[in-house]
Amino acid sequence: MKKNGLVEFRWHGRGGQGAKTACLLLADAAFAAGKFVQGFPEYGPERMGAPITAYNRISDTRCTVHCNIEDPDYVVVVDETLLDTVDVTRGLQADGAVIVNTPKAPAEIRRKLRNWKGRVCTLDARKISEETLGRNFPNSPMLSAAVKVSGVLEKEQFMGDMEESFHHKFATKPQVVAGNMAALRKSWEEVQAE
Amino acid sequence: MNYNERLSGNEAIAFAMKQIDPDVMAAFPITPSTEIPQYFAQYVANGEVNTEFVPVESEHSSMSACIGAEAAGARAVTATSSCGLALMYEMMYVASSSRLPITLACVNRALTGPININNDHSDSMGIRDAGWIQIYAENNQEAYDNFLQAMPIGEHPDVRLPVMICQDGFITSHALENITLLDTESVKAFVGEYDPENYLLKKENPLAIGPYDLGCHYMEHKVQQAEAMKGAKKRILEVAAAFEQLTGRKYGLFEEYQMEDAEVALVLIGSSAGTAKAAVDELRSQGVKAGLLKIRVFRPFPAEEIAQALSKVKAVAIMDKAESFSSQGGPLFAEVRSALYDLESRPRTVGYVYGLGGRDITPEHFEGVYQRLLDIAAGGELGPTYTHLGQRG
Repeated sequence: MKKNGLVEFRWHGRGGQGAKTACLLLADAAFAAGKFVQGFPEYGPERMGAPITAYNRISDTRCTVHCNIEDPDYVVVVDETLLDTVDVTRGLQADGAVIVNTPKAPAEIRRKLRNWKGRVCTLDARKISEETLGRNFPNSPMLSAAVKVSGVLEKEQFMGDMEESFHHKFATKPQVVAGNMAALRKSWEEVQAE
Repeated sequence: MNYNERLSGNEAIAFAMKQIDPDVMAAFPITPSTEIPQYFAQYVANGEVNTEFVPVESEHSSMSACIGAEAAGARAVTATSSCGLALMYEMMYVASSSRLPITLACVNRALTGPININNDHSDSMGIRDAGWIQIYAENNQEAYDNFLQAMPIGEHPDVRLPVMICQDGFITSHALENITLLDTESVKAFVGEYDPENYLLKKENPLAIGPYDLGCHYMEHKVQQAEAMKGAKKRILEVAAAFEQLTGRKYGLFEEYQMEDAEVALVLIGSSAGTAKAAVDELRSQGVKAGLLKIRVFRPFPAEEIAQALSKVKAVAIMDKAESFSSQGGPLFAEVRSALYDLESRPRTVGYVYGLGGRDITPEHFEGVYQRLLDIAAGGELGPTYTHLGQRG
């Protein structure tokens, strides 16, 4: 049992997909909800398409630990092809969950997850992003799925805080706020779990 | 007056610079400090500061531009990391010996090679003898708070020395965390104006800065510089006391965590101290008297105060995030162990070098170090005093 209500996330993505941005947005949303947060990427040689990892700690008191997260409660996989090369469930807590961006059903994804016995969740973030934003930006959908599956934030507060955050982030292109909000709401409804 | 935000360490430093609104910023980008001049350039472009931003072609030039500006009577700042700091090396000595209180945000990164962009302290430790005050942060909050204290320390007439405000590259510079900020009016009132008695452009009293110094005066000047560094300790504590009045956040020359009755202790610098605190908490919950001393001020080195704080401890591990290739351990180990020498009865000490080039260090690593210290404290073998932690093989 982790102390001080600590919940830890590990994000796996590829450079350019926005996994780091999603990680920072989760920290933003948790901060707005009054939590103590950490959002940080693990940096290596940065190249478009190279595997990247990012982390979140969300807790009720300030967390002083500044190492990478070895035993996350939730793992978010923004790019399904990483399942072939990265052991994404390494260290994942048994009562946690892995959330994968894929059009496939959870049962089908489970076969690729070696010996993982816990919850598997899937979301077709690409389809939702293309429908709501007109392009493949999987990070907003995956963020919404991560918040829903983890239960770390209350739904309407999360949506309200994200809307404010998008207005700030997209100050120069406010037309994309509605699309991002639609992506968050659709993803909240469509994420599947097993 | 205080308000809550979430910022990365680099954002926190850039925001502190914006609130201070210095006369000159000269910088050349280098990972992981690049974001500081990047954000600051946006403030300049948006007209949010009155600073003259000097985009130079190298760090030798950024430090030279800061020296020129500060000598002319202006307040100058810069930011850098690793090889950028190394390229400033020559000019760092010119700044300190000319007694120019420039403020440098150092985002610590391994000093090459093999080439590596991640954190350790080899860059600032390599330049520890250049005559700059060095203050280190555990997290974004401390980086911000230390930066606000830098100018009141360095610019004081009893000190007149440049100040480096260090934080761990990526680990804190790129980590978004909660932070409590001070409103800009309070920052400006606390930091005050830079008002040197004499400077190049003072027409009533023109002076030369940085001329050739013959043997008949050179040593006198170096002794004055050394005395200023010794005297800086008092000023650092005065500024910390004023800062605590303003913010409620307490700072000293170092932080003592669970040291009152500690029998075993670590001495270390930077973000890893926060990770080690989790190990202390875990051991304390098991009844182990573990403590931790986190260095905030490395230059001037608070030798007597550290010796006092460790005088009752039985075994101490001194942990360097830098190799010095002395074959005797890192610089922190050498200085802390030397500080303990004059004690009537002193703790047994071991040195570790850890975390080079971003090698991760966890609470479990620190718990292992404490276990060794408990064996030593119980009369066990001291073992090798210079080892590395966290490497394979």
